[in-house]
Amino acid sequence: MSSLDKAEIQKIAWLARLAIDEGDMAGYSRDLSNILKLVEQMNSIDTTTVDPLAHPLELNARMRPDQVTESNQREKFQACAPAIKDGLYLVPKVID
Amino acid sequence: MHNHTLTELSALLRSRQISSVELTEHFLRRSEKYNANLNCYITLTADMALAQARSADAALRQGGAGPLTGIPIAHKDIFCTDGIRTSCGSRMLDNFIAPYDATVVARLQQAGMVLLGKTNMDEYAMGSSNENSYYGPVRNPWDQQRVPGGSSGGSAAAVAARLTPIATGTDTGGSIRQPAAMCGITGLKPTYGRVSRYGMIAFASSLDQGGPLARTAADAAMLLTAVAGFDPRDSTSADQAGEDYSAALTRDISGLRIGIPKQYFDANLAAEIKEIITTAVRQLERAGARVSEISLPNTHLSVPVYYVIAPAECSSNLARYDGVRFGYRCDQPQDLADLYCRSRSEGFGREVKRRIMTGTYVLSAGYYDAYYLKAQRLRRLIRDDFHTAFSNVDVIIGPTSPTTAFRLGEKVDDPISMYLNDIYTVSINLAGLPAISIPVGFVNGLPVGMQITGNYFSESRLLNVAHQYQQMTDWHKRMPAGFN
Amino acid sequence: MAWETVIGLEIHVQLSTRSKIFSGAATAYGAPPNTQACAIDLGLPGVLPVLNVEAVRKAIKFGLAIEATIANHSVFARKNYFYPDLPKGYQISQYEMPIVSRGKLAIILDDGTSKTIGITRAHLEEDAGKSLHEDFHGMTGIDLNRAGTALLEIVSEPEMRSAREAAIYMKKVHTLVRYLNISDGNMQEGSFRCDANVSIRPMGEAKLGTRTEIKNLNSFRFVEQAILHEINRQREILETGGQVAQETRLYDPDRNETRTMRSKEEANDYRYFPDPDLLTVAISPGDIELIRVELPELPDAKRQRFIGEYALTEYDSDYLTANREIADYFEQTASAALTVYASASQPHNHNTAKLSANTIMGELSAALNKHNLDITSSPVSPEMLGGMIRRIEDNTISGKIAKQVFEAMWNGEGDADTIIASRGLRQVTDSGMLEALVTEVINAYPDQVDQYRAGKDKVLGFLVGQIMKKSQGKANPQQVNDILREKLKP
Repeated sequence: MSSLDKAEIQKIAWLARLAIDEGDMAGYSRDLSNILKLVEQMNSIDTTTVDPLAHPLELNARMRPDQVTESNQREKFQACAPAIKDGLYLVPKVID
Repeated sequence: MHNHTLTELSALLRSRQISSVELTEHFLRRSEKYNANLNCYITLTADMALAQARSADAALRQGGAGPLTGIPIAHKDIFCTDGIRTSCGSRMLDNFIAPYDATVVARLQQAGMVLLGKTNMDEYAMGSSNENSYYGPVRNPWDQQRVPGGSSGGSAAAVAARLTPIATGTDTGGSIRQPAAMCGITGLKPTYGRVSRYGMIAFASSLDQGGPLARTAADAAMLLTAVAGFDPRDSTSADQAGEDYSAALTRDISGLRIGIPKQYFDANLAAEIKEIITTAVRQLERAGARVSEISLPNTHLSVPVYYVIAPAECSSNLARYDGVRFGYRCDQPQDLADLYCRSRSEGFGREVKRRIMTGTYVLSAGYYDAYYLKAQRLRRLIRDDFHTAFSNVDVIIGPTSPTTAFRLGEKVDDPISMYLNDIYTVSINLAGLPAISIPVGFVNGLPVGMQITGNYFSESRLLNVAHQYQQMTDWHKRMPAGFN
Repeated sequence: MAWETVIGLEIHVQLSTRSKIFSGAATAYGAPPNTQACAIDLGLPGVLPVLNVEAVRKAIKFGLAIEATIANHSVFARKNYFYPDLPKGYQISQYEMPIVSRGKLAIILDDGTSKTIGITRAHLEEDAGKSLHEDFHGMTGIDLNRAGTALLEIVSEPEMRSAREAAIYMKKVHTLVRYLNISDGNMQEGSFRCDANVSIRPMGEAKLGTRTEIKNLNSFRFVEQAILHEINRQREILETGGQVAQETRLYDPDRNETRTMRSKEEANDYRYFPDPDLLTVAISPGDIELIRVELPELPDAKRQRFIGEYALTEYDSDYLTANREIADYFEQTASAALTVYASASQPHNHNTAKLSANTIMGELSAALNKHNLDITSSPVSPEMLGGMIRRIEDNTISGKIAKQVFEAMWNGEGDADTIIASRGLRQVTDSGMLEALVTEVINAYPDQVDQYRAGKDKVLGFLVGQIMKKSQGKANPQQVNDILREKLKP
């Protein structure tokens, strides 16, 4: 049975880009461990011969023709942007 | 005026006995008056509504009107509305003015409906009680100390209290049906792919489906007729034309084969609810339906499977909320990592973060097969259970929720108990089937909902059965006290 | 110690679709920032991807050209990671079920031998945006115009054994995608770029060494240089008893060195899973056949045909088939040059073909280079060039005069016949006129005539040269030779 310790919570939080306060750590650890306990009921059934089902109707993709249908709406889209300059979205300096 | 059904309102508008402006003003007044207590709406769009009502009246005068022209509606705040804040119940999108309309919104606007406002909801549709909203909980009109259900709680409460004739909602694991049941109204989750998801903010893409929360099955049918049908902007939308869902409402249900899953009537179901459902089924039997017991053997696994798949998809769907292009951005980010982590931690609420964390975990290296893939395999078994059942019956009937509306705060610290409230609804989303919840009685003054599930694209049949039941009973006409 | 190098390449090819792979936004290069990023490319709440059929068709074309397996069911997956140029927080790519797998491509090494490189897979994915690091007060600017452009990622087996082989393979893939017309292959604009996985091991060792991945190589020269540099770096580490760290490195062409970008420990956990917004792509054998009939003649087949049909040398064939435009230009020129010699049994005159090839590889290519022009924008059309070659063939002009004619055509003075007429360049073949010229020269150079008669054959060339000069190059050299010899006979 899985129970998540603080290091694992931190690892998941970083993958998900969430900052978890020290004070909330125990709560997340408890909640996530309980959720995993719930979902581990899945192990009661052997599914080795069952194919995964990603989509209920198992339909095939319908594709679109290669046509340009969108026009420039930069101003409208950037009206709700937190930080822009010269049409660019700004973020703190990215170091490669 | 607020007790009329859509059919009645449509007739009144077309015969010019009332105008859309009068109707809109009436519902806006009620919405403003009662919203202080119920907290159904996140945003009321009074000015826009009146402008739309005026053009609806013009269309009604000039004869260019359809059956829905001039009738007010409220949209769950998960549907993008061009030029109007679309918050999804989250601080993350508190400042987000959507730059485009969801297909559902566009189609209903095209049909001439008048938008009253955007309804409250659990943040990103994650919740079963509407207590996870950044804008505070919605209160149940039948007992304001209780939850309305969730996540479409604002829509359900607004329809129940007659603050809008009808509303839209979305259903990922029961989010239309469960609040409909708890608020004593009719809620339909269509077949996956029946209603376009374009512009409907994603929670779990393979499970999400939009649909109506209405007073009656006939009203739900009218709305579904207007929104259903193929949308080239949604790859998962069914390449199948919509139908006139009102056409088959009056069909006789004699000979209807009803299956009762034995797994739905076990010890977890409150005895009073069990009795009410049994009574309702008997009513249908008297109208000529044939009832048999069926088995859905993997029912007990649907909650575990759902709470792997839904969080997995949500963890990825919600990665776009990063404080870069729209939405909440933290103050003075130190660097890129700080921008991401703080914007997301401050922008999302507790339950959303819990699910993102769960989903991230089940997809991460070393756990994918044991959790995610395992859940996808079981998803097939759960769907196959329904396939088997539908070879012998036309519809499956059971309770919508194991309990009536619970008290505000009662389960807020216990996610597992909250999740288990979805036991009867989540398997339907996993299988992608359509289901409707209708009011069938009361326990201690609180409404009880009955869920009718059908095979793929059998919405007409479900609405027919629900409508026939509503012709024989008046549960759907009951109204909570204090909203006259 | 002798070391063996092991190289595998991941080549990213931007497919030349008009719209993006999952949205209807335009893909044109160089638009102002974020003006070609629509709601879907920006990852706005609620938007959904819809697959562009042309991207799939182009991927299948590539698959057929490398004799690969085309999946009858192919799945898009999400690759999850956070980066500012990745708007959704995931890239839609393919993981477990790529559209193309198990193909192969033959390359010709510098020593003329042929080697087949296995292609593990080629999958469709969306490109990311661009981060601009110029100074925005210590901030980075994000342009998402490129986000959502269709990419084909072509992953080779680790079967290349030198930096040179890797560059030859990359060039071959480049030639192929241009032939197939699935990409413009423009490397300056980033339409064709590559990551290299490099490791070394002691010669004879079966186990692979620890590899490093060098990112974002966008020229053939950089690929070769970066790999060479990386091989040396790894060898120095191993020969001094160190261990190569598995990591991602970035090539800096200005300094010709690679440096660490991120280590294995920092590697992302991408959490791939099938994208629930997109359904399985089903491709029937019928769909594949419809695309197969549209395939153009491929480079290897064309090269063989040129050798057989036009009797060109391997070298000339290689040159002329290096890209489709040159090959087309050549064939059009050769066919325009063709006149009386054509017949069913011999559709091409080998001499005409050779002359066409030589002129294209000589004068034309020099002029194009000088003016920095592409063959498709040459001021001299294949028809014009063919017309000129026809006049060489029928002895209207000599090869030497042809150079003048070419220059005049390049400068827009009209076609070869017009120029020959207006400049009076027609070769003199009138034997009376030629005999007069020969006699004039014999009389003018008695000493040389004596030397020739005394057995100094070389002097003949001098005398011919003088006659040609007098004729302003227009005399037919062969005729002049014949007449001169005749007259000098003792």
